[in-house]
Amino acid sequence: MSTLSLNHVGKQYSVKGEQLDVLDDINLHIQPGEFVAIVGSSGCGKSTLLRLVIGLDDDYRGQIRIDGEKISGTSLDRGIVFQEHRLFPWLTVEQNVGLALENSPLSNDEKKRTIAGHLDLVGLKGFETAYPYQLSGGMSQRVAIARGLVNRPGVLLLDEPFGALDALTRANLQAELRRIWEQEGITMILVTHDVEEATFLADRIVVLQPRPGRIKRVVPVPLPHPRNRADPAFVAIKDDVLSEFGHAPRPQLIEPLPRPFGDYVFAW
Amino acid sequence: MTYPIPETDPVLVRDEVPSDKHVQPPALWRWLSQRDWRGFALPLAVLALWWAVTRFGLANTQVLAPPEAVLVEGLHQIFNGGFVWDLLASVSRDLAGFTLGGLAGFALGTLLGTSRLAELLVAPSFNAVKQIALFAWIPMISVWFGMGEPAKVVFIALAAFYPVAINTFEGIRSVNRDYAEVARVYGFGRLQLWRRVILPAASPQIFTGLHLALIYAWLATIGAEYFLKSGYGVGNSMIDGREHFNMGSVLFGLVVVGSIGALLNQFAVRLEHRALKWRNRAA
Repeated sequence: MSTLSLNHVGKQYSVKGEQLDVLDDINLHIQPGEFVAIVGSSGCGKSTLLRLVIGLDDDYRGQIRIDGEKISGTSLDRGIVFQEHRLFPWLTVEQNVGLALENSPLSNDEKKRTIAGHLDLVGLKGFETAYPYQLSGGMSQRVAIARGLVNRPGVLLLDEPFGALDALTRANLQAELRRIWEQEGITMILVTHDVEEATFLADRIVVLQPRPGRIKRVVPVPLPHPRNRADPAFVAIKDDVLSEFGHAPRPQLIEPLPRPFGDYVFAW
Repeated sequence: MTYPIPETDPVLVRDEVPSDKHVQPPALWRWLSQRDWRGFALPLAVLALWWAVTRFGLANTQVLAPPEAVLVEGLHQIFNGGFVWDLLASVSRDLAGFTLGGLAGFALGTLLGTSRLAELLVAPSFNAVKQIALFAWIPMISVWFGMGEPAKVVFIALAAFYPVAINTFEGIRSVNRDYAEVARVYGFGRLQLWRRVILPAASPQIFTGLHLALIYAWLATIGAEYFLKSGYGVGNSMIDGREHFNMGSVLFGLVVVGSIGALLNQFAVRLEHRALKWRNRAA
C-alpha cells in the first residue's frame, strides 16, 4: 500500500530538433488504495504519464515519489497492464504469470501457490497450461492483469487495458477489475479515453488536456459500488466529465512520438 | 432416377458409431486407411514407365539401367559392398559440418543481432562475402585443408554457416521491443532478457535457419565428396559407378542421396513442430 505523489512532473520530446511539451506541471497525490482514472483525448500524454510512473522512462522534470521516496527505474512494487496484453506467445498462461516472479524473493512453492491464486482471482482456473493463441482477447487481458498483480505491487497501472476489447467483454472485465480492486485494496491508476469506464471504476477522475498535457480538472466520483450506469447521478458525473471534451480540437496531423529505448542496446 | 439416400441416411450413420466402439479395426489397417496415399501415384507411375521403357527395349539399358538392376546393385552394395561405410562416412561428415557451421553461424548471428557496433563493423563484409558461390570456395579450401576429411567438413560447415547466421541475426533483430519492455518492468537482467525473451522470441527464425542449414549441409556433403574425391562416401561411390559405367550404382546412389535428404528434412520438420507448437501452425 503506497502513497504516490507527482510534483511538477513535465516531459518533453524533441521532434526534428523542436522541443515538444508532452506533459507540463502535473501535480497529483494518490492515497493508498485509491482508484484514479486519467482520461483525455488521444495524444494528451496520458500513456506517457504511466510510462514515467512505471519507470520505463527516466527522462522527465519534477519528482515522482512513492511513500516519499523518488522512484528510479522499474520496480516490482509497481505493476502495469498494457493495452495490448503483451503475453509471451511461447509461454503458457501460468508461465506468463510466473514470468513476473522471475526476480521475486519467493520460494518456488510460494510462487506456484501465488500464481494459482492469481489465476483463480481473474477467473482463469483450469486454463493454466493454455497458450496465448488459444485465448480470446478478454482472457488474454485477464492473464495480463494476473501478471500485473502477482508481485503484490503497491500500485497497479492500467494503460487502456480494455481498449481493444468488444463492448460486452469490456463491461464484463470492468466489473471484474472493480471486484479485484475491492478484494485486493491495491492502488490503481487507470488510463482510458472511455469516460464511462472511468466513471464506473474510479474514485477520482483526472481530466488531461492536450498540448501540452496538463491537468484540466479533477472530478470526484462519490458514488457507492456497485455503480449503475443508468443512475442519474452516474450519468450526471459522466456528462460533466464529457463536457470537458466539448470543444472539438482543431484537426491536426498526428506526429508519432519517438520512443526512447532505455538501457538495452540491441541492434534494433 | 433415385436419390442416393441410403448413403446419407442418418440412421445408418448412427448405427455405425456404437459398433465402431466395440469392434476396433486392427491398428495396421487404421494406419493404412488414415494415410493419404495419393502422393505415391506419381512415383509409382514413373517407376512403371521406367520399367516398361527398359523392359521393351525403348532405351539403351547401358545408359538407363532397369529398376531391377538398381535393386540388385543396391542389395549387392548393402550386403557385400562398402555401402554401410559409405553411408556412415557421408552422414557423419554431414553432421560434423552442420554442427560446426551451425554453431559458428549462431554465434555470428547473435553477435550481429545484439550489438549495433558489431553490425556496423561486420555486416557489410558479411553480406559481400556471402555473395561468393559456395562451390567457388573449393579451390581455396582444397589448397588450405587438402583433399581429406578436414577440407570436406570445412566446406559443409560453410554451407550450414550462412543460413544459420542470417536467420539468427534477423530473428534477434526483429524481436518485438514491447516484449523487452515487459522484461524491464519485471527487472530482468541482460542474461534473463536474453534467455527468457530474446532467444525464445527469435527461435522460430533460428529454427528456419537450422532447417535450411541441414538441407544445405547434405547438399554440400555430396558436393564435397564429388569435388574432393578421397575416402569413402555416397558421393564417392556414385563417381566410382560412373567411372566404371555402372549405371545401377549411379542410380542407387541417387536414391540413397534423395532418401537421406528427405529423412533429414522430415526430422527437422518434426523437431520444429514440437519445439514451436506454441505458434499454432498445425491447427
